[in-house]
Amino acid sequence: MRVLAKIEENCVACHSCEEACSNLYFKEKNPLKAALRIIEAQNDTDPHHIVTCTQCGQCINACPTLAISQAKNGVVRINKKMCVGCLICVSVCPENAMFFHDDEQEPFKCVACGVCVKNCPTEALYIKTD
Amino acid sequence: MENETIQKLKEARTLLAEWTYELQTINRGYCNRTLYINISDNQIESKPVTPEMKEKFVGGRGFGLYLLWNAVKSTTKWNDPENEIVIGTGPICGITQYPGSGKSLLVSISPLTDIVIDSNVGGYFGPYLKFSGWDALEIQGKAANDIIIFIDGTTGKVRIEQAPLEPIDTHLLAEQLTEMYADDEKDKRNISVVSTGRAANHVRMGMLNFSFYDPRRKKTRVKQAGRGGIGRVFRDKKIKAIVIKNKETKGNLNNPANKTLINKAGLRLHREIQQLDNKQNRMRQVGTANIIEIMDQYDLLPTHNFKFGGHPDAKKIYSNVFRDNYLTQGLPDGCWYGCSMACSKAADNFELKTGPYAGQKVTVDGPEYENAAGLGANLGCFDPQFVLEANFYCDTYGIDIISFATSTAFAMECYEKGILNSEITGGIELKFGNSAAVLQILHQMARGEGFGVIIGQGIHRMKKIFIEKYGADHNFVNDIGMEQKGLEYSEYQSKESLAQQGGYGFTNKGPQHDEAWLIFMDQVNNQIPTFEDKAEALHYFPMFRTWFGLMGLCKLPWNDITPASNKNYPPSEAAKVPEHVENYCWVYEGVTGEKLTPEKLILQSERVYNFQKIFNIRLGKGLREHDAVPYRAMGPVTEEEYLSREERYDKQMKELIGVDPTGKTVVEKIAITRKYRMEQYEKLMDAVYQRRGWNKNGVPTIEHLKKIGMDLPELIKVVKPLQ
Repeated sequence: MRVLAKIEENCVACHSCEEACSNLYFKEKNPLKAALRIIEAQNDTDPHHIVTCTQCGQCINACPTLAISQAKNGVVRINKKMCVGCLICVSVCPENAMFFHDDEQEPFKCVACGVCVKNCPTEALYIKTD
Repeated sequence: MENETIQKLKEARTLLAEWTYELQTINRGYCNRTLYINISDNQIESKPVTPEMKEKFVGGRGFGLYLLWNAVKSTTKWNDPENEIVIGTGPICGITQYPGSGKSLLVSISPLTDIVIDSNVGGYFGPYLKFSGWDALEIQGKAANDIIIFIDGTTGKVRIEQAPLEPIDTHLLAEQLTEMYADDEKDKRNISVVSTGRAANHVRMGMLNFSFYDPRRKKTRVKQAGRGGIGRVFRDKKIKAIVIKNKETKGNLNNPANKTLINKAGLRLHREIQQLDNKQNRMRQVGTANIIEIMDQYDLLPTHNFKFGGHPDAKKIYSNVFRDNYLTQGLPDGCWYGCSMACSKAADNFELKTGPYAGQKVTVDGPEYENAAGLGANLGCFDPQFVLEANFYCDTYGIDIISFATSTAFAMECYEKGILNSEITGGIELKFGNSAAVLQILHQMARGEGFGVIIGQGIHRMKKIFIEKYGADHNFVNDIGMEQKGLEYSEYQSKESLAQQGGYGFTNKGPQHDEAWLIFMDQVNNQIPTFEDKAEALHYFPMFRTWFGLMGLCKLPWNDITPASNKNYPPSEAAKVPEHVENYCWVYEGVTGEKLTPEKLILQSERVYNFQKIFNIRLGKGLREHDAVPYRAMGPVTEEEYLSREERYDKQMKELIGVDPTGKTVVEKIAITRKYRMEQYEKLMDAVYQRRGWNKNGVPTIEHLKKIGMDLPELIKVVKPLQ
């Protein structure tokens, strides 16, 4: 099982992770096109919230086209060719970690590639495998 | 499916016509052209969609009615070659982000009513028709031999082929054709088939099945354009099937003007369904069957030909019985992409006990509420196994379950009353609860023989036969025959709700609940107490619901889920579900780029609704006399009915009519109640006609037509002599 894990207390909300992610997958530095999201804390005491996919797979059964499946390493992936962009998966995600953008035809999600981990200056993110 | 079988079917085909067209992209929800196919002379052509068509008729059912109006004469009957089957889509049809956006809208002149019937249906055909480049498909003429029409949206070709060997029953044909036309297993989702079944060769209540491929079950499944006998028209034209093939579906094929608005509305509703459906209607668990128990508990479940509103045995067919014992998969499944309401339930591996497919294991689509209520309660057959078996056979034989159940219930009451006997029925004991007899009738319809064919002509024609041939009392059969305008009632009790009596009675096509369902507002919650309140509801809701048919939308996601915001509105506004009306305005604007207000939405509907009304007048109905309903829809016909609700009726007599029931016989009390209720219905009719801009005879006034922008010369010509 491979999953992106987080230590929210370490996060400084620099958004480097979002930029790295969107740059890798959409060739633009746009936090709204990242497969994870930093929600900045409203006060100084709470940590910033990092929205990440837990690879729980609830989206798999919600997909009407069987476009979402779980790989052997536990990572849940969307087959874009099969996806019709209905957004049902977005609505069922318990973590709100299935993202979409109006420019794009299909939703997108974290595949635990680790590019965000490499770009995080504070070790708030790491890849967990078991 | 064996390749050999498919190969044999293909080899027996003869190409009658092939026509090539240019593939194009859709512009803001419209293809701006319709496909015309004449199967008498195999002429195929493209017709432009004019700006006036869009302005006045919008799309979907509106386009269908417009095309049909231009195709027929005032004397055209259902089986004349000029009668058409038109399948429309609508500008929103085919979007994948908002639940319930895949409907096809059909119109034709009905073999049951002799006026226009409209029927809507899920499945993938409508969206694929549009993605193939057509806002509507118009089929006119009659083929000499059985044909299959193939629309290939991947290459831009239409083929008409003589097809002698294919079976007619849907569960075989739809699967074979899906196999035949798909490139491989993955491509099956890109095929949709319109078909019927062998009973449609013989009975007026024939319906059409629209398929979609279920990739989880690996089955071709079907939804039904049930009402009004369009399946019979289909077979009279000697069409076995219409097949459509689509390229890959994506979320932007409508080329919408503003996808952000569509996504906003879609996601808001998806989330709401995800959060609330399990607590509200459980549409995703059991589909529309969720209301079986509610109707039973509120005395609204039509039982024994609408005599009663419930039954102690009804719990045997409550929704959980189907969920726990028959329905399979346990996952939400919809009949078009993006429908998170997902009410299309199915029972897999269901073993049939009777008929030509006895012993085979099949997938049964359903049961929908109407099926369980009609086959189960109205026929008194409270047996879930029977309900599913009859459901399956009605579907594959191409029989509208609502007309079948309501007609058979009528025949059963006539049998129990002695109007019919076993000699007349050919030995079939047509008693309430005799499920074996019902299945016999069903199989007779498929074979075109016996008393089944008589029932298959529908109640309107049965009444005539029973009076003329079997000496039935004219008044009695007219009181208990639950049809109006020739169409059988759908499965709700309107007896104790005046508003719903009008909801059924003042419909364009006949008593189907898709125009108005006001029973809870009226009877249970007393939210529309005055004639004016009722008239307003009988204006607003039929117009609002008409709009779904102009767009290619399903009604269910409108009010089968209630948003939290509804509590902020007074009850009469809450019934409109304002947040969802806002969603529809967003989606319409998102697709077409035109702003839509709730008022403009109603105006769009009013135009088409009044057009259909005038179409009925042109065909010889559509007047006040045609809005009369059988008395059983209004009150107790028989003593047993009166006695079953004696306390309620006596109380009403005292409080509403001002007559003391003490000392009166049941017969006297029935007469007093009847006189009162008939008067109420007439008063309601006056109020509703006025609100709708019609005169006392139910004819739209020229002034009203001007007001709504429908003073078209061809319409004025019809209504002018009736002003």
